[in-house]
Amino acid sequence: MQLRMSGPWRDLTAANIAALPGQLGVFQVADAGGNVIHIGFAGGRSLFGLRSALADEARNLGAQATSFRYEVNMQYQSRYKELLMLHAADYGDLPEHNRTDRPARLGRLG
Amino acid sequence: MDLELSEEQRIIVDTIRRFVREEIAPLEADLDPDASELHSDDRDRLVAKVREMGFYGLDIPARYGGPDIDIVTRTLMAIEMSQHRAGLYAPCYGVFGGAGLAQLYEASEDQKQRYLYPTLRGEKHGFFGLTEPSGGSDPARAIQTTAVKDGDDWVLNGSKIFISGADTADFGITFARTDSARGREGITCFIVDTDSPGFHVRRVVHTLRSTSYATELQYDNLRVPAANVLGEVNRGFAIANDRLTRQRIPYSAACIGVAVKAQEMAIAYANQRETFGDRLASRQAIQWMIVDNEIDIRTSRWLTLAAADKANRDQPFRTEAAMAKLVSTEAGGRVVDRSMQIHGGYGMTKDLPLERWYREIRIRRIGEGPSEVQRLIMARDLLGGSFH
Repeated sequence: MQLRMSGPWRDLTAANIAALPGQLGVFQVADAGGNVIHIGFAGGRSLFGLRSALADEARNLGAQATSFRYEVNMQYQSRYKELLMLHAADYGDLPEHNRTDRPARLGRLG
Repeated sequence: MDLELSEEQRIIVDTIRRFVREEIAPLEADLDPDASELHSDDRDRLVAKVREMGFYGLDIPARYGGPDIDIVTRTLMAIEMSQHRAGLYAPCYGVFGGAGLAQLYEASEDQKQRYLYPTLRGEKHGFFGLTEPSGGSDPARAIQTTAVKDGDDWVLNGSKIFISGADTADFGITFARTDSARGREGITCFIVDTDSPGFHVRRVVHTLRSTSYATELQYDNLRVPAANVLGEVNRGFAIANDRLTRQRIPYSAACIGVAVKAQEMAIAYANQRETFGDRLASRQAIQWMIVDNEIDIRTSRWLTLAAADKANRDQPFRTEAAMAKLVSTEAGGRVVDRSMQIHGGYGMTKDLPLERWYREIRIRRIGEGPSEVQRLIMARDLLGGSFH
């Protein structure tokens, strides 16, 4: 597994969401400029794994969210925090829509 | 020899049991199944409650403001505190407070002022960095991180792996070789500040445990003032060894707690679930699993309490702690596995805590010294020789 998420970006459309697996994992959502605006995970409480988690993202972020990429990952909690730490190391802060819901004690990489 | 709990111990155990069942377990219904943190308002509320109960900072020595509860009673409490989904690695989500790194109680007054007291006030967090990519079971030989004296500083170079909490810590206790010719007599313990140039958290190490992950560290010309040597130069191995021995008792207790809860679930399910016209509990195959679970739990419990009792009396307890660690981690794994078998398909799901315990308790046979090293420690003590 690469440290940074490297899968292909896909348009955040209903058709692409419907094609997602129902498994657990992590994802990044970006705006039209390619900026990551939210990092999230499909955890054990999600009804249909990545499929329902990304559907929630599309609904919650609205038109600002235009694309996404994901990883199927059973270790979604540690991978989620790792992605947040990497983003903070690369850009100096968390993605825009993660800032209001910061983990209590997020670590740092570098 | 009295194997019964005292009246005071019974009251304390009952109090903790109710706290876990009434305050902790209900919150888990809304948390992610792999979560290791409470929402901050819940955490603050429960910390206040624990303080009110007089149990906050359980492991802090009384002379530093701890509640002065003996090791056996603390072990009994630890068995109760782990009886929930996150309990193995996050007993009660930490609302009983931590004691910080035990080695700091032996530090100089200056070091206590800079690291111990801020830790006890909750202002600083520390990590313990011993294991290296070259090995963890034999630190005396595996440590390749070097520390070279340069003026008033030591300069550290090397790496550490499987280190918990280093990415969120303000400082850490770590070990480096200061005399390459002297084996275990050439290792020194240092306190390092994580904001120092040359201290790097290179990556998260993903394991079976989705939460409470470990990290890999790199020391790249990390300068540490001589005032941050903990204990004496070339005497660090004893500090590492003492910590590993002491840690085996609470480590064992958490495995027992999870096993107790898994067994409780298995019994409830066996009494309720019907197959082929009768309850699972009526089947001999299930009955034997329940009995084997109970034997595993009781064996682990008595060995762990025996180790705690010796530690409490300030008697040597290395063999007892190794035996408790070996038996409780292996037995705990068997109990969780049998309980999953009794639950059938539901036992595999994230609807129940069994699958999380199954993953996490597997790590316990490796962490804090694998089963094979525990046997080595016991053999060394029993045979009276020093193995090289």
